[in-house]
Amino acid sequence: MTTDFFDIDSALSEEERAVRESVRQFVDDRVLPIIGQHYIDGHFPLDLVPVMAELGVFGANLPEEYGCAGLNNVAYGLIMQELERGDSGVRSFASVQGALAMYPIFAFGSEEQKRRYLPAMARGEVIGCFGLTEPDYGSNPSGMITMAREQKDGSWVLNGAKMWITNGSTAHIAVVWAKTNGDASDKSIRGFIVPRGTRGFTSKDQKGKLSLRASDTSELVFQDVHLPADAILPGSGGLKSPLMCLTQARYGISWGAIGAAMACYEEALDYAKNRVMFDRPIAGYQIQQQRLAEMLTEIVKAQLVSLHLGRLKDAGTMTPQQVSLAKRNNVHIATDIAREARRLLGANGILAEYASMRHMANLESVYTYEGTHDVHSLILGQAVTGLNAFK
Amino acid sequence: MNIAVCIKRVPDMESRFRIAGSGVGIDEAGLKFDISDFDAYAVEVALQLNEKAGAGEVTVICLGPDVVQEIIRKALSMGAAKGVHLKADAVPADSLAIAKALAAELKDGGYDLLLFGKHSLDAMTGGAGTMVAQLLGLPCLTAASRLEITDGKAVARRELEGAAESLTFALPAVVTIDEGIARPRYPSLKGIMAAKKKPLETRPAQLGDARVTVDKMALPAERPAGRIIGTGPDAVPELVRLLQTEAKVL
Amino acid sequence: MPNILAIAETRGGELRKVALEAVTAARALADATGGGEVRALVFGPAGIGARAEALAQHGADKVLVCEHAAYDKADAESMAATVVAHAAGSAVVLFSASAQGRDLSPRVAAGLDAPLLADCLTVSGAKGGVTVTHPTYTGKVIATLTATAPTVVVSMRPSAVMPAVNARPLAAEPVAPASDPAASRVKVTEVVVGGGGKLDLGEAPVVISGGRGLKEAANFKLVEDLAAAFGNAAVGATRAVTDDGWRPHSDQIGQTGRLVSPDLYIAVGISGAIQHLAGMRTSRTIVAINKDAEAPIFKVADYGIVGDALEIVPVLTAAVKAARAAH
Repeated sequence: MTTDFFDIDSALSEEERAVRESVRQFVDDRVLPIIGQHYIDGHFPLDLVPVMAELGVFGANLPEEYGCAGLNNVAYGLIMQELERGDSGVRSFASVQGALAMYPIFAFGSEEQKRRYLPAMARGEVIGCFGLTEPDYGSNPSGMITMAREQKDGSWVLNGAKMWITNGSTAHIAVVWAKTNGDASDKSIRGFIVPRGTRGFTSKDQKGKLSLRASDTSELVFQDVHLPADAILPGSGGLKSPLMCLTQARYGISWGAIGAAMACYEEALDYAKNRVMFDRPIAGYQIQQQRLAEMLTEIVKAQLVSLHLGRLKDAGTMTPQQVSLAKRNNVHIATDIAREARRLLGANGILAEYASMRHMANLESVYTYEGTHDVHSLILGQAVTGLNAFK
Repeated sequence: MNIAVCIKRVPDMESRFRIAGSGVGIDEAGLKFDISDFDAYAVEVALQLNEKAGAGEVTVICLGPDVVQEIIRKALSMGAAKGVHLKADAVPADSLAIAKALAAELKDGGYDLLLFGKHSLDAMTGGAGTMVAQLLGLPCLTAASRLEITDGKAVARRELEGAAESLTFALPAVVTIDEGIARPRYPSLKGIMAAKKKPLETRPAQLGDARVTVDKMALPAERPAGRIIGTGPDAVPELVRLLQTEAKVL
Repeated sequence: MPNILAIAETRGGELRKVALEAVTAARALADATGGGEVRALVFGPAGIGARAEALAQHGADKVLVCEHAAYDKADAESMAATVVAHAAGSAVVLFSASAQGRDLSPRVAAGLDAPLLADCLTVSGAKGGVTVTHPTYTGKVIATLTATAPTVVVSMRPSAVMPAVNARPLAAEPVAPASDPAASRVKVTEVVVGGGGKLDLGEAPVVISGGRGLKEAANFKLVEDLAAAFGNAAVGATRAVTDDGWRPHSDQIGQTGRLVSPDLYIAVGISGAIQHLAGMRTSRTIVAINKDAEAPIFKVADYGIVGDALEIVPVLTAAVKAARAAH
């Protein structure tokens, strides 16, 4: 069961392949058998968190001195690929924990904050979430109204609300982005670590989702939440800070989408070879072969995009616009592949015991979050034309 | 404890195998390889025994061409401390020849416990481990389904057909590992990084003459296609009829 | 005219079926290679000599009876030493590849500096050697191997040989263990026989296995009832349900579990993972009951019923009872 039509394995190191195999085994053994039911029930499988932590997937590309695996970015990407081969909700948990909660503490936190939180987060003992998006500010995060006001003694009072927050109800800490001291420009944005249980901080599950159901998605509300002076991430400043985190997450998502696409393609291929209609397997019919050829081609292209992007990231030359291209392309082709796989599976394709429709539904969220497909189109448009078409 | 585990590199048994052009082997193109299942259980048993005892070191030994180093490193990334690659162009079909080469390596290692998988999933001879014990004059327990060691004394269990034995013995000893004793851990990502820095020595395997040769490998006859005879309990009478008249097993 | 030494396994003072398989195989091999002598070596507690007759019935020209109080349990060290001591002059030392045979045969091979051909389906004499067929790669590839040496140790896969009567006049001879069982370094402290006098999976003509499709451990009762209806059936399980603790690991049929080849194998609520098929693919007739018509098990089954096992099995149990009562 391997999609390596272009021998991309030969471009990976032995360690990168070993990392991929380990996570793949974990997903095969522990995620795939239970994730369909968790999707139906609408719960994230929290009992997998210690196993994922033991494996080392949280903040895997952060340094060993903070208890992390210290892997390169291609290996990190392969982890996301394999997790999403299982389910986008499982990969979202790891993306949020690693790229959106641990990374900001690593990039903008004090040494004391890093030592206090990062090893515990790598062990899965402290779960984090990322509070940027608001009910009225999704694609336009610079419009946020959540506000933190500094007090005379250096402490802060936080007011506002965040929405669509993955891990919001399960997180022990929320990394919250707020404007400060009444300044409505995005230059005043700072990051704050807000522990669960702080008076005035509540979270509420968002119900009724038809996508990313095996994931915890919540609203966060801050009403006069008092934070000590050391809650602020001292290195944070401006919209750039949360956007840097998003770049990390989007990089991983470009790989994750490949995993979802591979899962759907392999399921479709296997089904087509076994399902007999009119005396031969449906894999022998031209329309299904065309479908499979399309899927395979787009997967190979997406793999090469992300692999090269990972090498650029490791060389320190990757730009956010390059990540936009990868996220936009890979998620888009994955949504198409999931839908076509669902169709190839026929009536069986609507059942939860087949993965394609679950991936299809999940990928709609992945298409929309971390910068919608359209937003990334404009990022690329601006990058090549120099003209801002956002407003 | 100082534990040695002998492992073998075998192809993924989920694969569809093809016979090689030579007719005496399988076509390895496109196959994925890993540690043979029972051997991986043995590695896990070794790691768990030392974790329980709070001390000790696991050395993995593998015989074969250079490509086997990948699975030695996998065992290192699971937590083994050292690897030894006994280099040979191919693994012979003669398990006594393999055992002699392994025994030569293991003899002076000062090991308290030598573990093997019950049999390798490719050759399925199940000889090497027990033969090594005989060659080294060590007590041997074949196919342990349970193993506990305290202060150099071991208690183990073996499954027979329809019965089970409890056994005791003292170390040093050789044990081959059966199903049901442990499931191998996934190499952790930190373990994969750490494996790169662990020692992996290569030396030539001291293989003598092999007296077993493979004349031929062939795929077994395909079962004739069966059929679904019906749905639900209503299909039962027809099944019984077929079992009586066609299959003649009832 | 090669002479052959066959090892006849006993348990609880009785010959096991595999003992007759070993002697039958030895006799057939001897007859095919010029009619050499077949000696059978049997270990057991006091009174085991009475079993020698059955071995002569199946073709043993001579039966070496090694009787010792300690042999109410197996003792690999002294038994292997005894085989080695009596192997002189034998071109082939032949075991069954039972659990005991797989324990003893490598010890004997190393002790004799003889090559081992294990777990064989067929055995024949080649010039100066022995040729066998043997399942490899979990049974997906059949290897033909030849060993060339003055003595070769062979073990036959259980049930690959049908015991056949080929009577000789009984010539029994007592032999002593070549080493003292009391001095063996691995001691069997207890032998626990499987409860309820149940048939062993490897010997039962019918095997009925259950998998995840049974939904919960308690539903294995339905499989046990079906086995009882057949009267000569053993109950097996998949790795999934043994890992979950529904059934003991020793019941697991598959790549790393038991390999069975009964006349009839019924797979209940089993999807047919490749590692499971490796354990039962050679069964003569395979029946599958599964609610998913696309489940891989239906590819290997001779007869399949699509539907809920929990509904179908009780109906099948009643039908089997009725069919057997009618005869």
